Amino acid sequence: MKTLAELAAIKARMQNNVALRDGEAGIRVVVGMATCGIAAGARPVLTAFSAEVEKAGLNQKVTVTQTGCIGICQYEPVAEIYEEGKEKVTYVKLDADKVAEIVEKHLKGGNIVEEYTIGAIQK
Amino acid sequence: MVRSHVLICGGTGCTSSGSVKILDAMNAEIAAKGLQDEIKVVGTGCFGLCALGPIMIVYPEGTFYSCVKVEDVPEIVEEHFLKGRPVERLVYHESKEQDLHHATSLSETAFYKKQKRVALRNCGVINPENIDEYIAMDGYQALGKVLTEMTPDDVIQTILDSGLRGRGGGGFPTGLKWKFASGNRGNVKKFVACNADEGDPGAFMDRSILEGDPHAVIEAMAIAGYAIGADEGYVYVRAEYPIAIHRLEVALKQAREYGLLGKDIFGSGFDFDIQVRFGAGAFVCGEETALMTSIEGNRGEPRPRPPFPAVKGLFGQPTVLNNVETYANIPQIILKGPAWFTAMGTEKSKGTKVFALGGKITNTGLVEVPMGTTLREVIEEIGGGIPNGKKFKAAQTGGPSGGCIPASLIDTPIDYDNLIAIGSMMGSGGLIVMDEDTCMVDLARFFLDFTVDESCGKCTPCRVGTRRLLEILDKIIAGNGELEDLDKLEELSNYIKSASLCGLGQTAPNPVLSTLRYFRDEYVAHIVDKKCPAGVCKSLLQYKIIEDKCKGCTACARKCPVNAISGSVKNPHTIDTSKCIKCGACVATCKFGAIIKE
Repeated sequence: MKTLAELAAIKARMQNNVALRDGEAGIRVVVGMATCGIAAGARPVLTAFSAEVEKAGLNQKVTVTQTGCIGICQYEPVAEIYEEGKEKVTYVKLDADKVAEIVEKHLKGGNIVEEYTIGAIQK
Repeated sequence: MVRSHVLICGGTGCTSSGSVKILDAMNAEIAAKGLQDEIKVVGTGCFGLCALGPIMIVYPEGTFYSCVKVEDVPEIVEEHFLKGRPVERLVYHESKEQDLHHATSLSETAFYKKQKRVALRNCGVINPENIDEYIAMDGYQALGKVLTEMTPDDVIQTILDSGLRGRGGGGFPTGLKWKFASGNRGNVKKFVACNADEGDPGAFMDRSILEGDPHAVIEAMAIAGYAIGADEGYVYVRAEYPIAIHRLEVALKQAREYGLLGKDIFGSGFDFDIQVRFGAGAFVCGEETALMTSIEGNRGEPRPRPPFPAVKGLFGQPTVLNNVETYANIPQIILKGPAWFTAMGTEKSKGTKVFALGGKITNTGLVEVPMGTTLREVIEEIGGGIPNGKKFKAAQTGGPSGGCIPASLIDTPIDYDNLIAIGSMMGSGGLIVMDEDTCMVDLARFFLDFTVDESCGKCTPCRVGTRRLLEILDKIIAGNGELEDLDKLEELSNYIKSASLCGLGQTAPNPVLSTLRYFRDEYVAHIVDKKCPAGVCKSLLQYKIIEDKCKGCTACARKCPVNAISGSVKNPHTIDTSKCIKCGACVATCKFGAIIKE
C-alpha cells in the first residue's frame, strides 16, 4: 500500500462488514422465525433480506434480525419493518422475490409496497 | 450475506476460562446447521467484564451472554441463531428484579454506561488479528494524515495541546517528552520504544490493549517515530503475556505486508519498523532506564537520570519511551484533534484512564473512565460494589508503588494530582479494592515483600532499606512491635524515598506511609493491644470454643490437622492454643457457630 486512497478503499470495503457491531441501525427488519415461520419458509426470506440489504449497500442503515412467533401463522413468512418515528409495517406471505422488491422500494426508496402488507391481504 | 456477528472474547481472562474451545465449538455447530454464510464468529480482545467470562456478544441485537460454557453452544445456535430467541438463562442481568425478557445489550449495563472508551475503543469490537477490521475503524488514518498533511513539529504541537500525560504511572506530559527528543532530526539515530512490561500486581490494561487492539500501538509508535525523526522502534513486552505477544507479532506482520511499516510509508519517504523484545519478568524492567538497559542485552538495572532517555536513551541515542495505553490514545488525538481530547477529564489531567479493577469487588475487570471520575463511581456504580454485603475499607492505586485511599476519601475525583495529594499515585492503573476483612498492616507487608523481592540491588537505600522496613512490619505482625517502630518506619521510608536511584525504590515505601497515614490506629492495635482488628494476622489471633454453644459433636476435633482440640462426646471441647496453627478449619466445620476467632 502506497497511497491513502488504497487505505480508504480497504476501509470502505470493510466498513459494511463491521457496521453490524454498532448495534441496531435506524431501520429494523424483523423476520418471524418460530417453528411455524420456519416451516412456511422464513429462512430463505431472512437470508434474502440480509443479502439484498448488503447488495443495496444499506448495512449501516438497516438491521436484519429475527424474532419468535408474531402470532399470525396463517400469513407466514412474516417480516416487520420498524423505523424510528414511523408506524410499523407488516409484510406477509413473503418470498425471496418479494423481499428484493421491498428492499428496493421500501428500504431504499422509502415507499411502502402496499400490496404485500397485511392490510392488503386482509381486504 | 452475513447477518449476524458473534463476538467471543479472546482476552487472557476469558481464554483461561475456555473461550477458545467455545469459539471452535461455535464454528463447528454453525457449520453443522448450515449457517456458516450467515453468522460470522469473531475472536476479539477484552470486553472488560472479566468476572463474567467467557463473554459472548451477538450483533446486531447486541445480546450479551456471560459465563458461557461449551455445552451451551448448541442451544445458542439452535435457539438464537436459527429461531431468533436469545437464550435467556445466559443473558447477563444486572439484578434479579430486572425484566427477564429484556435482553440486556452491553452498552446499557451500568458497567459500561459510565465508561468512556478511548484507549479500549476497539477492544472487544474488532478481531485484533485482522488488520482490515482495524482499518474499518479508522485504523492507520492518523498515520496517513500525519505523513501527508502534517510536519513533525505539527504532530508534537498537537500532542502537547492535547495535554496527554504518560499513562504508565509518572504522568509526564507526552508531547514534552517528544519535543525533548525531537532536536537534530535526520542527523542523529533515534529510537521509539514502548513499555509493555506491565508488572504491577493486579494491573492488566496494557496486556488487554495489546491483545485487543495491537495496531493502535503500532500506528502510534510510527507517528512518534515521524515526530521525533526515528526509524526504529522497540516494544518491550513481558514474556508472561503469550497472547499479547502473539497478536502483536501477527499485527506487525500484517502492517509490514500492507506497507504500513517498512520503507517509504505512504510514499512519504518515511521509514519505520518495530522489533519486539521480551522481558524476563523483573519488575524493575518496567522502569524506563532499566528497560532500555535490558533491550540493549544487559542485566536490567536502572541508570542515573539525567541524562534522560530523550537525550541519551536506548544504545546511547535519543529515545522516546511511552507506555502502551499512552500510545493507544494517540491515533485518535491526531484524527479528532486536541480539543476533543481536552474536553474529557480535569484541568490538569485530560482524557480517560483505564483501571484494572480487582480485589473485593463484584465486577472484576477492565474499565475506562474520564479523568476526574470519583472512586465511588468506579467502585459502586461501575464495579458493582463490594460482594457479600461487606463494607468498603480502602482502595490501593498504583500497586506496590502507590498508596491506599481510605473510605473517607471515596469521593475524590481521580486524576494524577489528586492522587498524589492524598499520598497515592495513579500508577499504571491497578485498582485493588479492600473490604473490612483486609488488615492494612498485612497489606503494607504484602507490597513490601514484593518490592524486597523485586529490588534489583543496585542502590543501597532500596536494597537494604526495603528489607529493614519489611523486618519491622514482620515484627509488628508477630505481636512484638513497639510504638517507636512506627517512627522508625516513617523515618526510614523517607530516607528510601529521597535516596533511591530509580522509581522502584523512590515509591516502594508508599504503601507503608499511606497506611500509616490513614490507618495508624490499626498499627497501634497490633502493637499496644496485640490484636489484629481485621482478624488477619495469625500471631495475634486466638481461636476459642464458646462452652455454651458447643454440643460436643467432635466434628472439629476430627477436622483439626494438629489435634489441638480435645474433649469427650456431648461435652464442650477446648482448643490447646499452644498447638493451634490457626488454620480456621474448625470454624468452617462447626455447625453451631461455637468457635470464634478474636
